[in-house]
Amino acid sequence: MANELSTNVEEVVQYIVINSGDEQFGIDIKYIDNIVRMQHITRVPKVPCYFKGVINLRGEVLPVMSLRIKMGVPEGEENKDNRIIIIKMDQHEAIGVIVDSVKEVVNIDMSTVERTSVESGTQFVTGVSKQKDSLISLLDLHAVISE
Amino acid sequence: MDVSQYLDIFLDESKEHLQNLNTQLLELEQNAENMDTVNEIFRAAHSLKGMAGTMGYKRMQSLTHNMENVFSEVRNGTIKVKAGMVDTLFQCLDALEEYVANIQESADEGENDNAPIIKALNDILNSKGEAQEEPAAKEEAPAEEPSAPAAAPAQAVSFELNEEEKKSASDAVATGKKLYQIDVNVEENCMLKAARSFLVFKAVEELGEIVTTRPSSQDIEDENFELTFSMLVASEGELDPILAAAKSVSEIANATGSAFAMDVQEAATEKVATQEEEKTTEVAVAETTAPAKTESAQPAKAADKKAAGKPQVSRTVRVDIEKLDSLMNLVSELIIAKNSLVSRATNQTQQSSTGLNEEIEYLESVTTNLHESVMKVRMVPIESVFSKFPRMIRDLSKKLGKPMELYMSGEETELDRTVVDEIGDPLQHLLRNSADHGLESAEVRAQRGKPETGSIFLDAYQEGNNVVIEVRDDGNGIDCSVVRDKAVERGIMTREQADATEDKDIVQLLFMPSFSTAKKVTDVSGRGVGLDVVKSKIEALSGEVEVKTELGVGTTFIVRLPLTLAIIQALMVVVGNEKYAISLSNIQTIENIVPNDIKTVQGKEVIYLRGTVIPIIRLDEVLDCTSTRNPEDDMVIVIVKKGDKLAGLMVDELIGQQEIVIKSMGTYINKCKFISGATILGDGEVALIVDSNTLF
Repeated sequence: MANELSTNVEEVVQYIVINSGDEQFGIDIKYIDNIVRMQHITRVPKVPCYFKGVINLRGEVLPVMSLRIKMGVPEGEENKDNRIIIIKMDQHEAIGVIVDSVKEVVNIDMSTVERTSVESGTQFVTGVSKQKDSLISLLDLHAVISE
Repeated sequence: MDVSQYLDIFLDESKEHLQNLNTQLLELEQNAENMDTVNEIFRAAHSLKGMAGTMGYKRMQSLTHNMENVFSEVRNGTIKVKAGMVDTLFQCLDALEEYVANIQESADEGENDNAPIIKALNDILNSKGEAQEEPAAKEEAPAEEPSAPAAAPAQAVSFELNEEEKKSASDAVATGKKLYQIDVNVEENCMLKAARSFLVFKAVEELGEIVTTRPSSQDIEDENFELTFSMLVASEGELDPILAAAKSVSEIANATGSAFAMDVQEAATEKVATQEEEKTTEVAVAETTAPAKTESAQPAKAADKKAAGKPQVSRTVRVDIEKLDSLMNLVSELIIAKNSLVSRATNQTQQSSTGLNEEIEYLESVTTNLHESVMKVRMVPIESVFSKFPRMIRDLSKKLGKPMELYMSGEETELDRTVVDEIGDPLQHLLRNSADHGLESAEVRAQRGKPETGSIFLDAYQEGNNVVIEVRDDGNGIDCSVVRDKAVERGIMTREQADATEDKDIVQLLFMPSFSTAKKVTDVSGRGVGLDVVKSKIEALSGEVEVKTELGVGTTFIVRLPLTLAIIQALMVVVGNEKYAISLSNIQTIENIVPNDIKTVQGKEVIYLRGTVIPIIRLDEVLDCTSTRNPEDDMVIVIVKKGDKLAGLMVDELIGQQEIVIKSMGTYINKCKFISGATILGDGEVALIVDSNTLF
């Protein structure tokens, strides 16, 4: 992701903006396979706590993780706005990520993105984009789905 | 047309021929005088050469050619089969296998000329004293080749040329080419007649120009002919090389030819025609005498061949395994849909659902049958894996300097294709292990009063829903005291623990990573990477491996594999409000137990059931959930077995038996070893499959 930012500075990329905890995050739309409502999740024993379990997505069994727990934020109350974002990256199997809600789709001019460094303690974020009056942290999906 | 579309056929057949050569060569080593074997080898080598040549793999062709020369001399009786020679021939086969592997990977045979092997082969040829005239041997070969059982005499089809064909024929004659009519006979059991004829055309076209064919090329391409087709060839060369080229294509029984005279041109080319007529008779005589000679020389053998020859080939279709997988997935979907109907129907009120239930039962039997049929299609005999082992044991025997013999049974046992593809390496490991560690040297065996030649047995058979493969040797057996010493030395257990552990548990240590007891490391086995890899590989196939040993008598490794991987019969249970599936094939019985029957032995809960002490495993504890059962109530215990061990799984409630489709949970979440997969229930929910084998 970091490389993409530096090589394609002029590029405008579509991001889906989601809420998780008090923050807004952007997920590159090309990695999103699907967005589904919350459904019954079957718990799987003896797995890292951010894995909530598995779901049935049209006949396939997919693992689902909580973005909040993965980022060390306490879990919130489940509500009707919660969504599971199905992420499919090249070389990786599909995985569901639970977010509080999905807000909108935005076009982000990559040249305006302020890149974050690893030292700043934001291991899941590659950069920050200013949109009107809010800040959107762009998620590093590789970091999110890796252990 | 492009040759590449025949690459698959070429690869399949080359492998078949090479395997056949390996088997026959082993046979020849045992019994050097068996002419049937020599003939069979010659035939396979010859086909291989022809195929490699047609596909343009020159190096492979050249190596096979040199090998064929040796066999030719063996057949003529000028060279005797010796041990050193067989070794060279095996090396040659290895090199050929390498070519085939290269071709499979990159459609290219690679750069290796294998000159040393060719030299060794020529040395064998020259060793009989006088230098053999090579071309003569080569030319004799095709003519003397015993004609295949089905070889019917080529029927002469008279050509009635149309205007266009006449024109191109006379054009050819005008440029000084000669016309030949060639009749080609395809073997009776040839499965790809069109492909064969194409290969014949291609071979012939290198030597001349095909004017026309009977039946038409379109009909031949559509396999619209019996066993014979004819072609009119215009060539500057002689007839014989063209016939030889046609015959070099495998599954071609025979090719005969004669010069063709065009009636329209009688006057103009009378002289040429007469010349050619003379040649025709010559050729005809040669053609009739050659088969006759073979026939009269070996009439018994021909009959033999027919009896012991290839079994009647049933009509088959080659199908891409991916297509079968997608068919399998569709069947899985169908079963899920059926399960959801079943769960709907059971929720219906009684009166409205009586008719529906019958329909659903019917649907259930159809889907079950459909599933079985698809599974059967995917089943292949384990023979394809077994067949490479006799050669391996022979090589090991030479390398280790121990005489040994491999006895195999149950090669026809069928397993799912995916399992067969994966099981080769683990079995190879086990066999090497037996050969290297298991069997004693000949001297030791003699001292112990055993036959000097060690025996290794490889048996496969079906047992319920499993296929069992046993690797057994009559060697030394596993010395448990050595294993104990090793365990203590490695710090795995203390001396006291080691001495207190039973032998059959000590033996299990051999399956731990990097635990090798071989006193010296050899390149056959003994590096400590072996049995643990075998175990994990077999477990990845949802199988299990067990070892039985008796010191001084021998060791048996027992591998159990499931017949199918994708769909199983399972018992659905409830544990703490969650549904789990347990494979029915692992379940022995289901028991109702009053809480008082549970006793504690050495801090572990057990029940005493019909004379056996069975440990109890509380599934809610294993699966990190809370049981909703009243502790005072009777308990449901599912007795599961693994080999000859039993364990009781305590569950909250039974739901019933169900056919489930195993779905992988992907790589992110497969860390839980108790869960072997997931399945989708009728209501769309996901239930996890408990792998009871991991609970022991």
